[in-house]
Amino acid sequence: MVEMINITKRFPGILANDRVSFSVKAGEIHALLGENGAGKSTLMSILTGLYRPDEGEIRIQGNPVDLQSPRDAVAHGIGMVHQHFKLVKPFTVAENIILGLKGIKEVYNLKSIDESVAQLSREYGLHIQPDSPIWQLSVGEQQRAEIVKILFRGAEILILDEPTAVLTPQEAKDLYKTLRKMADLGKAIIVISHKLSEVLAHTDAITVLRGGRSVGTVRTKETSEMELTRMMVGRPVMLETVKNPVNRSSKVLELHNLSALGNRGQFALKEINLDIYGGEIVGIAGVAGNGQRELAEVVAGLRAIERGQKKVDGNDLTLASPKQMIQAGVSYVPEDRLGTGLVPNLNAMENYLLKGVQKMPSGFINWKQVAQETAEVIKKYDIKVPNPKNPVKMLSGGNLQKLLLGREISGKPRLIVTMYPMRGLDVGAMETIRSLLLQERDRGAAVLLISEELEELFALSDRLAVLHGGEVMGVVDPHKTTFEDVGLMMAGKRMAAHG
Amino acid sequence: MGNGSFSRWHFEKRETTSNLVLVMVPVLSVVIGLIFTGLFIALTGKDPLEVYLLMFDGAFGSAYGISETIVKSIPLLICALGLSIAFRMQLWNIGAEGQLYMGAFGATWAALTFPDWPAYQLLPAMMVAGFLAGGLWGLLPAIPRAYFKVNETITTLLMNYIAILWVDYLVVGPWKDPKSFNFPISPQFTEGAILPTLGTSRIHMGLVFGVVVALLLYIVLNYTRWGFEIRVSGESPAAARYAGMNYVKNILLVMFISGGLAGLAGMTEVSAITQRLQHGISPGYGYSAIIIAWLARLHPAAIVLVSVIFGGMLVGGYSIQTSGFSSTTVSMLQGAILFFVVGGEIFVNYRLVRGEKGGK
Ligand SMILES: Nc1ncnc2c1ncn2[C@@H]1O[C@H](COP(=O)(O)OP(=O)(O)OP(=O)(O)O)[C@@H](O)[C@H]1O
Ligand SMILES: [Mg+2]
Repeated sequence: MVEMINITKRFPGILANDRVSFSVKAGEIHALLGENGAGKSTLMSILTGLYRPDEGEIRIQGNPVDLQSPRDAVAHGIGMVHQHFKLVKPFTVAENIILGLKGIKEVYNLKSIDESVAQLSREYGLHIQPDSPIWQLSVGEQQRAEIVKILFRGAEILILDEPTAVLTPQEAKDLYKTLRKMADLGKAIIVISHKLSEVLAHTDAITVLRGGRSVGTVRTKETSEMELTRMMVGRPVMLETVKNPVNRSSKVLELHNLSALGNRGQFALKEINLDIYGGEIVGIAGVAGNGQRELAEVVAGLRAIERGQKKVDGNDLTLASPKQMIQAGVSYVPEDRLGTGLVPNLNAMENYLLKGVQKMPSGFINWKQVAQETAEVIKKYDIKVPNPKNPVKMLSGGNLQKLLLGREISGKPRLIVTMYPMRGLDVGAMETIRSLLLQERDRGAAVLLISEELEELFALSDRLAVLHGGEVMGVVDPHKTTFEDVGLMMAGKRMAAHG
Repeated sequence: MGNGSFSRWHFEKRETTSNLVLVMVPVLSVVIGLIFTGLFIALTGKDPLEVYLLMFDGAFGSAYGISETIVKSIPLLICALGLSIAFRMQLWNIGAEGQLYMGAFGATWAALTFPDWPAYQLLPAMMVAGFLAGGLWGLLPAIPRAYFKVNETITTLLMNYIAILWVDYLVVGPWKDPKSFNFPISPQFTEGAILPTLGTSRIHMGLVFGVVVALLLYIVLNYTRWGFEIRVSGESPAAARYAGMNYVKNILLVMFISGGLAGLAGMTEVSAITQRLQHGISPGYGYSAIIIAWLARLHPAAIVLVSVIFGGMLVGGYSIQTSGFSSTTVSMLQGAILFFVVGGEIFVNYRLVRGEKGGK
């Protein structure tokens, strides 16, 4: 159905795609795998007309096409759900769908659009209300709205860039069900993902990219996690996390009866009591939207505390500013990487300096030193930065993540608060980050790990707190608890603390 | 859905923007602005080329012209440098004109209150008073901006009119010179209140202020923590907060300094040029400075250069008046340039490509 033949794309300083050939059949779910910076997003941006290839040819149903703009791609039935959604928040689902539609003449009828949206949503099991405004929707629902938008525009070829990175496991399962339905109706689906298990469970074929080149395409049925990893990395990867026994020191973070408001003025955190010691990792489990983000922001000093108390290393920091929290040795990897954690238009060096600048005693910046330190972090964590002078928004998703984490760990913090640190990382990078967090713990830092992945939480945490509706349902020892118990707590059941 | 029939030319997003583009966009905007205005001059039956040559000759063709050009470029330079700080933080301060007038008011207050002070005391006092008065005028709209997100574009603009009328009131009311035969002017400044000049020309110490400020600004913006904070705050307020920078404080500080520099420009004007407070001390320096800062892409060295060009445009405008042209030609030229510069921004992020229509 779609063929990309010998596609080459150069960016200043890097060959992002090097004679890549790739084809997808109708009725097939095709996964695109590869390490961070392998060129997956670039290849798909070429197929959606965002970038033009330097060389190579694209054929759709056998006919060569020249895609000059996303509009051309839409005209050829190609639609993409980007990792960062492109929806207009105050508008409803239906309004977002007609935005920018060329086919719609002066008179359009929202009612009939509502109807066709409702029908599409029924047909594919998408469960989406055409008249709900986007800002009220959860991330999963927004993603489904994007899918409906693309279907409405007549897409026959759907591309999803890391769609499950932001979904709960249940939502991810539902998404693949929907995708399967579409494939059965003759559409071609391309999914970019770093999660090998879901790729193996739900796709038909897999193409692996490495360093901008295609390593090959395999049938999902005929391959294994081992083989895929070898194709991606070029060598076998140890997927076992070696964890030393926990060695707790003094209390680093203390939260006492702490309550805080959410963005809509309701109580998002209610009477939280939680202590974290140096040398341990405390995981926070919970369905997204149950106070995780507020908790992280309260600890980082970015959200006001309504009632209760917060201490770091015994000092009362209830009213501390973000700057004071940084000075107290608290580092924070926020959920919003590009825009909060990193500044998109500044380069890697400047982003590295973002927090360190507060510690420069003279108020003057020594750029030579900053450049040197940045280069060290880039090397240490194997971050692919083609040109350190380019704005970081040009980095690939996973490399952004590594740069942010590298910066936050570099200052030898007392406490590391990290939200979804593995999102968007390839297997190798995930392994790096895992051992980094464990190293920090062994060094004596306290780590607050917020995640939706139970496996990750169970593997890394020394204690696990479960949040539901802004309350701590219990703190448990992951070695003495089952997934089921934690699942029940996530749904609101209280458990006696034994951790 | 067919692919329709869209035009053969279209915009494509640039992956990177080269320095050449960054320089060419403002240069071409000026050229196109000149051509555009030239069409209107041609409509009046004159030869645009001749008019431009006349302007150029007036501005740069004689020692007198050059010295006048520099004189005019001083307030432009100081105002534009001030604006560039605010713009860098994406604070759209349109109020340099009013801040300049308030600076003139502050400086005049010092000059009239301590007429007997020697220059080495009185001039610094006037500078401080001018800077403070302009700075406070910039700070005032910054407060609702910082705390309640009230759009500063409108408030700073409207406050220009208040400042100008306030100065008008002073020179017809409380500060009117009793010996002025009813002219709306303040008493003439004493000797200690007048900035020294270069030889017998009208080029005054304000030029030194401007160059020093440009240098300082370059260092502060590129090599200090505060300058870095301003850049981060302008790019992404959320990241600035996250990194422990005090966003609110920086808004207030930046607008104070931005206004203060415009105030300093007001001080140089009353001290060196009019040597008293009077109606219309600025022919819109504060507005032209917006265009200058923008054309120079907020770069201090480029601001120096562009200010001299704009100073030349003003002087050239006066000199064509003697040949029967309205000096508003210059306002039109500036307006056209601003229009094309802002429009040209699109070329910084996009490029125009031409090709066969995509599709079958
Ligand atoms: N607009 C751009 N300008 C310059 N370089 C770019 C641009 N876009 C991508 N790159 C570079 O091209 C390479 C491939 O990037 P791409 O985003 O395709 O990776 P990816 O496979 O999607 O990785 P990830 O899994 O981390 O998202 C990276 O090194 C990236 O820095
Ligand atoms: Mg990517």
